[in-house]
Amino acid sequence: MKISRLLKTIFMIDFLTGLVIAIKEIFKPKKTINYPHEKGAISPRTRGEHALRRYPNGEERCIACKLCEAVCPAQAITIESKEREDGSRKTTRYDIDMIKCIYCGLCEESCPVDAIVQGPNFEFSTETREELYYNKEKLLENGDRWESVLAANINADSSHR
Amino acid sequence: MEYFLILLSEVYKIIILLVPVLTAVALVVWLDRRIWAFVQKRRGPNVVGPFGLFQSLADALKYIFKEIIIPASSNKIIFILAPIVTMTLALIAWAVIPFGETFVLADINVGILYIFAVSSLGVYGIIMGGWASNSKYPFLGSIRSAAQMVSYEVSIGVIIINVLLCVGSLNLSDIVLAQKNLWFVVPLFPMFIIFFISALAETNRPPFDLPEAEAELVAGYQTEYSGMMYAMFWLGEYANILLMCSLGSILFLGGWLSPVDIFPFNTIPGPFWMIFKMLLLFILFSLVKAIVPRYRYDQLMKLGWKIFLPLSLTWVVLTASYLLYFDLLPVN
Repeated sequence: MKISRLLKTIFMIDFLTGLVIAIKEIFKPKKTINYPHEKGAISPRTRGEHALRRYPNGEERCIACKLCEAVCPAQAITIESKEREDGSRKTTRYDIDMIKCIYCGLCEESCPVDAIVQGPNFEFSTETREELYYNKEKLLENGDRWESVLAANINADSSHR
Repeated sequence: MEYFLILLSEVYKIIILLVPVLTAVALVVWLDRRIWAFVQKRRGPNVVGPFGLFQSLADALKYIFKEIIIPASSNKIIFILAPIVTMTLALIAWAVIPFGETFVLADINVGILYIFAVSSLGVYGIIMGGWASNSKYPFLGSIRSAAQMVSYEVSIGVIIINVLLCVGSLNLSDIVLAQKNLWFVVPLFPMFIIFFISALAETNRPPFDLPEAEAELVAGYQTEYSGMMYAMFWLGEYANILLMCSLGSILFLGGWLSPVDIFPFNTIPGPFWMIFKMLLLFILFSLVKAIVPRYRYDQLMKLGWKIFLPLSLTWVVLTASYLLYFDLLPVN
């Protein structure tokens, strides 16, 4: 062993250097955010909680083409449809099993009318499984609640689609 | 009746001692996590209460409401006994720690021997827990822990002999009062460093946390424990760490004495200085946890037996011959 190495070991130079660095780091600004109180930036492409959107006049966008049901790799979507009195095809049932869902975003990509979308909300944990079986009312309600954000996100991302 | 009154007053004194100790343990766990987080530029627990001070309380509540799982193949009596033994042994040692000239529960004349005996017994809780679990990881963890605690106890014992040579008494209050003019950290500085490192190993703290090395042994001897039994191990561990901090401040940093015997400092009561010194040592404990990687097992044993033991034995000879040559040996 070299003499300098031996002296370093005896006087614990490496350890003391580390200690000084650690004490300096304590007073530096934190790299993490204060999560429940402040939140990090989210991309417009974030694939979070699903929502069914409406047209500005209140009409549902979904035309029951069942492309999302077909493309869904987890088979989490169930759709039933019926012709309405005015001759348009609309869904009578639109269920998403949020436990099966793998949040791949293929439903959103396959939708020809931007009806089913995945919003930026990722904090929708529940205490029971049943609450995660979303039906049409829940999805439409989500769409109404998040409409301004969803529209802005689709607009921001439109040039890349 | 008289006997009953004496008993009552003793129980009262014990509660007066133990409640602050347990509260301090809870706060110290929070402090430990906070310092660890700060060194890594994280925030640490800061949600429950002001600055997250009540985090340990919330954790304790969680542990109380959790189910206690006892493995079917375990030795049930010993399995249940192990955390109780660990926590009891960690708490009874506090009886002789003096927090001030009069703030001591049992001012016995062999205080340091008592603490040494109790902390030696501490290894039993861990061995019992690891053996009674009847599972591989706890067993390996407890074997490591037994070997580690026994090896480092030897060097701690020899270091304590150094201090006792300078004092001439086994009473902890006498040890503190002997440092009135000069804290032992100055003449015995290398011993203080070795004591600190041995204390880290003795309490299974990083970098010597091999018994619970999570990368290798899941959680060591605690693997099969859950709920309040796990929490009791954890309380015992931190009570032991605080005990080592208080022992360090009594043996080397002058206990409850103020650092300088001049006006504004010597009016501050003794317990404040004692707690201040313990806190300082504890902050060093948690800083070490944050900055050093874990030792390999053979390195740990080599450090204990081949470096610390000869070094502290040599220092005993040096101290003894110095005291004898200059005729400074304390004679009672």
